[in-house]
Amino acid sequence: MSTQITLPRYEGSFGRRLALALRTPGGAVFVLAAVLLVAIVVSNPNFADPGSLIRFAGRTAPIAIAAMGQYYVIVSGEFDLSMAAVIAAQVVLAGNFIGQDEARILPGLVVMFAVGTLIGLINGLATTILKVPSFIVTLGMMLALTGLVRYVTGGAATGNPSDAFRNIGRGGVEGVPVVGIIPYSLLILLVLAALAVWLMRRPFGRSIVAVGDNAEAARYAGTAVWWLKTRAFILSSLSATVAGILLVGYAGVHPSVGSGYEFAAITAVVIGGVVLGGGRGWVLSAAAGAFALELLFLLLTSLGVASTWRSTVQGVIIIVAVALAGRTWRATRRPRRRGGVAPSTPPPPPSPPRAQRQETSDA
Amino acid sequence: MRRTMRAGALASAAALVVLAGCSTDDISDSGDDGGSQDTEWFVQADFDRQNEQRDATFQGDESEPWLQYLEGDMTDTSEYASEGPKKVCFANASISNPWRQTGWITMKQQLEVLQEQGVISEMETRDAQDSDDTQIADIDYFINEGNCDAFVISPNSTAAMTPAVERACETGKPVVIFDRGVETDCPTTFIHPIGGYAWGIDTANFLVDNLEEGDRVIALRILPGVDVLETRWAAAEKIFEENGIEAEDHFTDADPTKIKQIVTDAINQGQVDGIWMDAGDGAVAAIEAFEDAGVDYPVMTGEDEMSFLRKWEETGLTGIAPVYSNFQWRTPLLAVQKIFAGEEVPTEWVLPQSPITEDDRDEYLAANEGMPDGHYAKFGGEDLPGFPQAWQDR
Repeated sequence: MSTQITLPRYEGSFGRRLALALRTPGGAVFVLAAVLLVAIVVSNPNFADPGSLIRFAGRTAPIAIAAMGQYYVIVSGEFDLSMAAVIAAQVVLAGNFIGQDEARILPGLVVMFAVGTLIGLINGLATTILKVPSFIVTLGMMLALTGLVRYVTGGAATGNPSDAFRNIGRGGVEGVPVVGIIPYSLLILLVLAALAVWLMRRPFGRSIVAVGDNAEAARYAGTAVWWLKTRAFILSSLSATVAGILLVGYAGVHPSVGSGYEFAAITAVVIGGVVLGGGRGWVLSAAAGAFALELLFLLLTSLGVASTWRSTVQGVIIIVAVALAGRTWRATRRPRRRGGVAPSTPPPPPSPPRAQRQETSDA
Repeated sequence: MRRTMRAGALASAAALVVLAGCSTDDISDSGDDGGSQDTEWFVQADFDRQNEQRDATFQGDESEPWLQYLEGDMTDTSEYASEGPKKVCFANASISNPWRQTGWITMKQQLEVLQEQGVISEMETRDAQDSDDTQIADIDYFINEGNCDAFVISPNSTAAMTPAVERACETGKPVVIFDRGVETDCPTTFIHPIGGYAWGIDTANFLVDNLEEGDRVIALRILPGVDVLETRWAAAEKIFEENGIEAEDHFTDADPTKIKQIVTDAINQGQVDGIWMDAGDGAVAAIEAFEDAGVDYPVMTGEDEMSFLRKWEETGLTGIAPVYSNFQWRTPLLAVQKIFAGEEVPTEWVLPQSPITEDDRDEYLAANEGMPDGHYAKFGGEDLPGFPQAWQDR
């Protein structure tokens, strides 16, 4: 047995770590969100009203929840394009199954979560066991579900489920001082965020990042890669289910509810500094990415950008954000390695020049 | 700001043309020869004509508005007169919104009647699912392999469908167009309600009458580039401008989530006095945004969709329900019946189109009790077989 080396859990003081973290894309997204918030308040002081801010947070919760679900899949090195279709399917299911019958709310929720689990299971198993790229699997799932929703609804709204059910997404804890109301959706987001942080510190969380970084290495280390990734897909479609429950409350039943959510969630994850391809990123940064994205849209509205131009502006900003994030990852990685790890390791033996060249080109 | 909006609309329209690739229209030359104020979507002469038609007297029995028409040119159909049941081929643009779904049910029930009468043997239907390409393929299939006696086409878009419709005309069989138009006068008859300008005039006048100069109106539009929707907005925008109403337009894709967010943001920015919609789908989400923000209801224009009529009654807000007569879905098959009987039909068959006001709202609510939220009050199928179950179980 060789000697064991214990690495310190953290390096540097809390302040230093915070400063370092804010320089990574995963930390910078919090700064970005704060800057956007200030810009919105400056452009229109009405948005500084605590009541409207908390409502804004409430309506952003479904996107943040979807982004956290998408995070598990992306950090494991895959994609989930079926999210929007899952949301639409769940919204229509809620409208049709629950309808105006309040006694069916609980069974309805059970059915919705069961359907969500099943979709995630299919996505995961097709990706891992059948070895179909997740891009294709979830694209297929998206089409299949969209077709199903079209078949069931004919492409149009049916009717809203009972108000008691919609209250989950529309209501909140009322009579709160200062803010007036705390939307249930925001509370659900906070609970899910706490669970996500806990989960990412568990073996599941640690291994899923490892699988995203290098699936081969993780497999040799004894990880059941197929089951890990499958669970990531299940978490993703369950997140979409929760988002669907909140959205049907917020706005009502329509087959277009959730449209664009797969890209909003992926964009939020990327803005949150999570690397596409997996292996790097923080779950809360994905949620913060969702807030940054929605704040950006709100800023465009507040500045009166013409509705026809809005998508163009969004697209350009997204490309720029991802490009910048990519650069900062590379920029922050090198000094950290040299500054943090180098002193505690002995000077490297003269290594073959090929390996060295590879490392520089990688960095 | 208005200028940037128009420039944006033009730019995106140009981009669409480039992207579509197949369209050969040159949008830059439209509006050259009309009045000086004409733009791609606003033609003063059409505005004036529809404005007059709103008050015109329609020919025919008022209790059967789907057979009424405005006096004008008639098409002689004596060459088509023949005995026996005929096969109709129907190229439908889509059934992807509640208005089209309601109309489609009405059409199927009307078909049942005509089949029993031995007028129509069968109707083969192809649904283009909102795609120009699919509909062109559908029409060509009908021409080549459909074995059709008559064509009924509800075009997906105006310009792109024109050549396919011309090909259908060349077969020498009757061609019936309804809802959106095409840029050719070859069809036997073109059936439509008065039109988008009339909708825009009815709704904008209502808001102007109930608001003050300088009041703020949020206009919720489904999507740009569809003529029947663009003309609604073009007419309304003109009237708002002339009367000093500050109107901002937004695109919603009819997604209630977007509608609610847009309206909530607008309320946060400042007082919203009115809501204008180019279609009523999603009106309830707009109203709920006011409820959740805890502010007074706006003056509102929706549509004759049941969800809006119900919410309108429940909240007691000041509103109007413009109508894009859904009963027009009965007319095409009845036109086919007339054509094969050799009876003349209007070349442009303009159907009545009048909004539901607070005075007659309760009457329509009572008449449509039990209908789903996505149902349209002026669907005109009360005397058809299967009423009301066919419209209730959708």
